[in-house]
Amino acid sequence: MEIQIRDLAKDYGTVPALHSVDLDVKSGELLALLGPSGSGKTTLLRSIAGLEQASRGKIFFGEEEASATPVRERGVGFVFQHYALFKHMTVAENIGFGLSVRPRAKRPPKAAIRERVLSLLDLVRLKGLEDRYPAQLSGGQRQRVALARALAVDPKVLLLDEPFGALDAKVRKELRKWLREIHEETHYTTVFVTHDQEEALELADRVVVLDKGRIEQVGTPDEVYDAPATPFVFAFIGDSSELPVTVDQGRVWLYDRAVPLGLDVVGHGPARLFVRPQHWEVGAPANGLAGVVRSVLRHGPGRRAEVELGAGVSVTVDVSDDHAVRTGDRIGLKPSRWRLFLADGQAVAPIPARRPAASGFRA
Amino acid sequence: MAQALVLGRRTSGPGVLPGFGLSIGFTLVYLSLIVLIPLGALALKAAGLGVDGLLKIAFDARVLAALKISFGVAFAAALINAIFGVLVAWVLVRYDFPGRALVDAAVDLPFALPTAVAGIALAALYAGNGWVGALLEPYGIKVAYTPLGIMVALVFVGLPFVVRTVQPLMQELDREIEEASATLGASRLQTITRVLLPPLLPAVLTGFALAFARGVGEYGSVIFIAGNMPYVSEIAPLLIVIKLEEFDYRGATGIALIMLLVSFAMLLVINLIQAWSRKRYGHV
Repeated sequence: MEIQIRDLAKDYGTVPALHSVDLDVKSGELLALLGPSGSGKTTLLRSIAGLEQASRGKIFFGEEEASATPVRERGVGFVFQHYALFKHMTVAENIGFGLSVRPRAKRPPKAAIRERVLSLLDLVRLKGLEDRYPAQLSGGQRQRVALARALAVDPKVLLLDEPFGALDAKVRKELRKWLREIHEETHYTTVFVTHDQEEALELADRVVVLDKGRIEQVGTPDEVYDAPATPFVFAFIGDSSELPVTVDQGRVWLYDRAVPLGLDVVGHGPARLFVRPQHWEVGAPANGLAGVVRSVLRHGPGRRAEVELGAGVSVTVDVSDDHAVRTGDRIGLKPSRWRLFLADGQAVAPIPARRPAASGFRA
Repeated sequence: MAQALVLGRRTSGPGVLPGFGLSIGFTLVYLSLIVLIPLGALALKAAGLGVDGLLKIAFDARVLAALKISFGVAFAAALINAIFGVLVAWVLVRYDFPGRALVDAAVDLPFALPTAVAGIALAALYAGNGWVGALLEPYGIKVAYTPLGIMVALVFVGLPFVVRTVQPLMQELDREIEEASATLGASRLQTITRVLLPPLLPAVLTGFALAFARGVGEYGSVIFIAGNMPYVSEIAPLLIVIKLEEFDYRGATGIALIMLLVSFAMLLVINLIQAWSRKRYGHV
């Protein structure tokens, strides 16, 4: 079932948490709401669930206006960061709860509830644990129970609030893969909140990046990573360095030095240039922006250098093993791919020019 | 005995803190001085009556009536406290309102106030010409100087027990479990009865047992409001005092021993129910 959000706003007293949000979630899609804390992502999710009353705006599930229905009739499955399992109930009682509280006319018989519980336990790979209590389960198992409980009522949409936030890194990775599998099996329209960009990019069909109660960008993981729409998205997603530059007569200047971008740009005035560490070409000092290597550290499979360009500006650069770069070396840098935002937030040259040498970078 | 103690220690495993012998020794001496020796002396004194004498006292019509009132009213008062104590705790935990700290502190007042003062104040309020009594009088409801008055006094002295035992558990209840219950389609009533109350049950029972025990033993506040009419509103502790004033020490200890036995039996049953409920609902 698709979700349409129209002009949704929410204030806490005088503090605005969401400003006029419009969003369409496609049916069967796995959508991530990504943003730093205070970006409004959880408020948005809780508004969709009906746990939060929006100050303005409407939410539709399909044709039906969901924002007019109270939470218990809205038909959402909600999974909380800290599981929120009922501790005095067994796993089976927890999962069957949503079915057992239905009015008598709509309540399935006990045997049918039992059957549904067992098939859900199978789905979340927890077979045989139906008589345990939540206290006897690990964090990852508890979150699986919470998901099964949410799915038991056959929700119109599935909402997850930082579902893996309380788990350690290894379990998190496992559950991420597992959630993707479950999604592929069940195809519930799913929205999840996360502050972990890796999680959002790996798991979601589309990512919504939020900041300060506004949507900054909606797109596939590739779109938000490769073509960030705003300075915030560029800085928030992936690693990058920002250079405070000035655009004048088609050239881009870092103070008195021209930045070798390989093409002319339109516009005028102060701007922000963003470059990812892997998109710097390292050469001789005379060839490009000259800088001094301040440190070289191991970073995953490669090495990463901090290069000071002078005037308090330094950038992070990935160096390949072919280049013997050491602390104290003077080197020259050229950005192979970059994005330039003028002071009004407008992006310059949306398709960054690519030098022939850098064309293999997209892998 | 020593064997059992050593075994008991073994089954709970060696702890990081030493000093089991010292602490259990101190506990036994302390409990003996404070509880066991006085109660033992009571039993010894009452033993002079013999079984026949004890039964004669127990089935004396006036004693029987007093015991019924003491235990019955204390039970009813504890029940009322269990229900409304949970409500008071809920309000104190869940809502932030001006003066909450004052109300919170006021809950403990029945502990601090001399019970005689409470009894006199309640009697004055609930008497036919008192503020509250005058309102009830036209409907034919008499509170002061009836068993109902005893109950009012016992509800008063027992109030803090349930509130204070339930409050900390209630504070730990996660808001999210209510939200989870709502998203799963449960009504408000279902959320309360199936999600919120069961985990509180062991604490409610503890509070109930404490309030009940306190009610059975209460003397000071009750005698001022009860009217103390034999067979109608006379409590067993008062009967003990009357026997003492008549220098009938044996009779007094006899009633005391009977009260002790009944109380012990009832508390044991409550504790068993509590242990069961902890096992059933206490998975926290």
